[in-house]
Amino acid sequence: MLYREAGDFKTSYQEDSQTFPIAFDRYRYWAVLAFAFLVVPFVINDYWANAILVPFLIYAIAAIGLNILTGYCGQVSLGTGGFMAVGAYACYKLMTSFPDVSIVIHIILSGGITAAVGAAFGLPSLRIKGFYLAVATLAAQFFLVWLFNKVSWFYNYSASGQINAPERTVFGVPVTGPNTEAWAQYLICLVFVTVCAIIARNLTRGSLGRTWMSIRDMDIAAEIIGVNPLKAKLTAFAVSSFFIGIAGALFFAVYLGAVEVGEAFGIQKSFLVLFMIIIGGLGSIFGSFAGAAFLVVLPVVLKLIGVDLLGWPTDLVAHFQLVIVGALIMFFLIKEPHGLAQLWRLAKEKLRLWPFPY
Amino acid sequence: MKLKQLAAMAVTATLAAGVASAELVIPDLSYRTGPYAAGGTPFSDGYQDYFNMLNARDGGIGGEPIRILECETGYNTEKGVECYEATKGEGALIYQPLSTGITYQLIPKATADGIPLHTMGYGRTSAANGEVFNWVFNYPANYWDAASVMVNYLLEENGGDLSDKKIALIYHNSAYGKEPIRTLEELSAMHGFELTQLAVDHPGQEQKSQWLQIRRERPDYVLMWGWGVMNQVAVQEAANIGFPMENFIGNWWAGAEHDVTPAGAAANGYKSLNMNRIDANLPVFDEIRTLVHEAGNAAGDGSNMGSVLYTRGMYAAMLAAEAIAKAQEIHGVSDVTAAMVRDGMEALEITDARMEELGMARVGPAFSVNCQNHGGSGLGIVQQWDASAGNWVALTDYIAPDMSVIQPLVAEDSAAFAAEAGIEPGCL
Amino acid sequence: MSADFLYGIEVIINGLMAGVLYALVALGFVLIFKASGIFNYAQGVMALFAALTLVGIMEGEVPFSHLINAVFGTNIHHFGWEVPALLAILLTLVVMIFFAWAVQQFVFRHLVGQEPIILFMATIGLAYFLEGVGDLMWGSDIKTLALGLPQGGSLWVEDMTSGLGGDDFYGFFIDKLDMVATVVAIVLVTGLILFAQYTKQGRAMRAVADDHQAALSVGISLNFIWVLVWSLAGLVALVAGIMWGAKSGVQFSLSLIALKALPVLMLGGFTSIPGAIVGGLIIGVGEKLFEYIIGPMVGGATENWFAYVLALIFLVFRPQGLFGEKIIERV
Repeated sequence: MLYREAGDFKTSYQEDSQTFPIAFDRYRYWAVLAFAFLVVPFVINDYWANAILVPFLIYAIAAIGLNILTGYCGQVSLGTGGFMAVGAYACYKLMTSFPDVSIVIHIILSGGITAAVGAAFGLPSLRIKGFYLAVATLAAQFFLVWLFNKVSWFYNYSASGQINAPERTVFGVPVTGPNTEAWAQYLICLVFVTVCAIIARNLTRGSLGRTWMSIRDMDIAAEIIGVNPLKAKLTAFAVSSFFIGIAGALFFAVYLGAVEVGEAFGIQKSFLVLFMIIIGGLGSIFGSFAGAAFLVVLPVVLKLIGVDLLGWPTDLVAHFQLVIVGALIMFFLIKEPHGLAQLWRLAKEKLRLWPFPY
Repeated sequence: MKLKQLAAMAVTATLAAGVASAELVIPDLSYRTGPYAAGGTPFSDGYQDYFNMLNARDGGIGGEPIRILECETGYNTEKGVECYEATKGEGALIYQPLSTGITYQLIPKATADGIPLHTMGYGRTSAANGEVFNWVFNYPANYWDAASVMVNYLLEENGGDLSDKKIALIYHNSAYGKEPIRTLEELSAMHGFELTQLAVDHPGQEQKSQWLQIRRERPDYVLMWGWGVMNQVAVQEAANIGFPMENFIGNWWAGAEHDVTPAGAAANGYKSLNMNRIDANLPVFDEIRTLVHEAGNAAGDGSNMGSVLYTRGMYAAMLAAEAIAKAQEIHGVSDVTAAMVRDGMEALEITDARMEELGMARVGPAFSVNCQNHGGSGLGIVQQWDASAGNWVALTDYIAPDMSVIQPLVAEDSAAFAAEAGIEPGCL
Repeated sequence: MSADFLYGIEVIINGLMAGVLYALVALGFVLIFKASGIFNYAQGVMALFAALTLVGIMEGEVPFSHLINAVFGTNIHHFGWEVPALLAILLTLVVMIFFAWAVQQFVFRHLVGQEPIILFMATIGLAYFLEGVGDLMWGSDIKTLALGLPQGGSLWVEDMTSGLGGDDFYGFFIDKLDMVATVVAIVLVTGLILFAQYTKQGRAMRAVADDHQAALSVGISLNFIWVLVWSLAGLVALVAGIMWGAKSGVQFSLSLIALKALPVLMLGGFTSIPGAIVGGLIIGVGEKLFEYIIGPMVGGATENWFAYVLALIFLVFRPQGLFGEKIIERV
């Protein structure tokens, strides 16, 4: 009853093929957007922005990117951290070389540069498959991190190799640098997330998405029916890296403000984003958001419960955090291997009937 | 620590948080987990124990009780930011981020929020220029001082001449490890020694290539900027190739007990810098033992007392407490704000007599801070590991760095930062 | 002979030795992957956990002492006895076998037939879990592994070979620990091969690796075999943990050695024990030689990524790895 599909009639093809064909979904989508754009910026404070919302939004972009590659095209990648680093360093170089150009353009260009790098590292995927490919993408991860650490041109020859985001404004409001207000930080990430999600959603519904999925489901069969695997795989790598590059640029410029490549974009990051899409659900845009939210919020909640509520020593809480996160991952996989997105689908099934048993 | 007590503390903490309390809030961004836990735990123990001792003995500083907010960072930048945001709203007075990555993160944030950062012997070296970095203090010494102290020590050992010597630097391939390179290059040009640089990638478990190269090239001295597992492996590998350990000198983050104990007897003779002299018989330890540990308030299991990093943590806490006392004196109020603590830090003066009075005679060098110089005197000692006795022995008194080399570098780097970040240098 | 050439040989020898250590870690991956198709990311953490348990048992530490102290306000840390090394190793093995059983019973039994990526993900969860449990049980400080393994360069080798080159050649450097590791690895691999070839369980194990359903239909208990391979992987993890732990002390970073094993696996193939060995040797030699010859030109610290790039280049020509099963694709 709560979730209704009945009585929702379409009178044109356009209406029938819109992003959310079900009226209830549409209203919910607009309500969430309205809340995120019109309510949250007025109540947000530094803690919520920096500890939860901004990392969540940025990771959601990265997860959407990786989900396109892994969830839609079936190519497992562990190079996410390295590609995020490309975005971050591209953004830094652009910001410092062309200080007069808008930061928004810089971030989009960083995404473009990352797309080119991603496509280049995607070439081996034409020969290598499955776990071999996953491990092969680690070559990109380690090589890129080493490169950004070694070549001082990337960090403008500073003594320590750290990069710092200078202050840049959008419509006169600073969005990077130390004087950024929480709401500005949040809003710029939100705008990027919204645009990225809309693009991703429409790409995956279109012909490109269909070729990706055909490659995922069985590449030989796809090739036989006329899908060009070279084009499909490389576009998947490029589009995926574009999103990941934007995430990396935002991560550096808006969220952290200063990064060191080995620490911020190390292999842990690659694994983290991969966890997000698997926990959230492979091949689902909603799953990318759910997974990102889960892994950003869970440690914070566990810490709040452990340290602030129970008053345990912080190290015990941190150890328990590992145990609980690990146990939860295993539990989820056993109960629902298709992630939070599948749980959401099941919930919708139930809500459709509720409160009647049949 | 007893759970009930902790729970009670937590409840009071939550209750107190709402009211504008007259407490001195000091966050402790510790890392007791993750790859560097062995280094983070003793430091945090010492840091907290000292403040707890002040609470038990004097009722805090200037009559104001101290409230410690511990937050676990795991040496992870993002968690560090979360910790910073979570604690700053509670009225945090001073941050000791205890990680180079988190420091770089917090420099702009803390500057904007007006909370002083104390990065003791780590973080951004050029923050020693207080005119650019108004809110950042890295006294008593920084990495460039350390590099210069090492070279000065070697000069002394060699009768003032290093011109035909070969020195190798083995460093952690990260922002931290790269810090001394520029200084050493300058010094190499000045004193005519040959400098070889060997990078070790994180985490540093496999260093065979680097040490084989050292074995081939037979440098006279090896300097190390290592951290975490890299230290233990490097000490072991140096012993393996038969490199004379007394010619192997680590910096002050590569010179704690846990860096050398895994190698056992082979580590005997390994040297390292230290910015805090260690002495297990300091009167302050007795006070901590009776007032904090025996009262059941010890941070951690209490086993680290007197170790290198515990002493350093306690020393850091002492410097913070002295700065707060100074701020109370300057502003004439006991309930100081973060901005007042900054003033206290900038007017800080540590003398030998004062340290003696505090029961930690000669733990650190005497130094004073002013607006131009946030870096202190830059002095350091050289200590040597005695494996059979299982302790560090101080070999030298405090050695001064060559400021004529470091000052221009600090000026140059901070000017570059000021230009990039659009800061107009000047005193507050 | 010129010193450079001889040093090149020295680098190759040391690369081979390092390769043996990599192969030790990779072996654990291969065992589990072959028998159950699970890519066990937790192998590195298992090595850490095994080594931690070994030290803990040897020194008579009270497990979970920190937790117990925090909850009950007690102050316990040691039982006050010390266990001899050999007995401690056996006890650690018992723990690892129990762990294998628990993993099978509580996790992977429920995940039979899932896609490989799901299984992989579960092992990542397992890695987190085990790391947390290890920290809770034994604390997170660095522990010294006092097994009395020989360490340091072999002077005998050095003396014997120093005459080969001129004055600037000091003889070959070979670490005694590496020699021990090589011997142990040879014994371990021989043992594993003999076990797989000539014992009933070993044959059953190979049967399962070939075809789960066929093995099941001739009466082999899949459950038992999987517990068995996880136990064997636990044994391999213990050996790897001892060898690496002897060098650096037993600490968290030990779990990162899994990353050293991944290029070895790619190169050798996920399903081949000889592949793991040969792959380890190739990677060891390759990365050390590259660091020796090219490293100084590009600023060093190349080993981490070069191992992967080497494996990647290799895979482009042979996508299933050196000894991997030929990939046959059908529509």
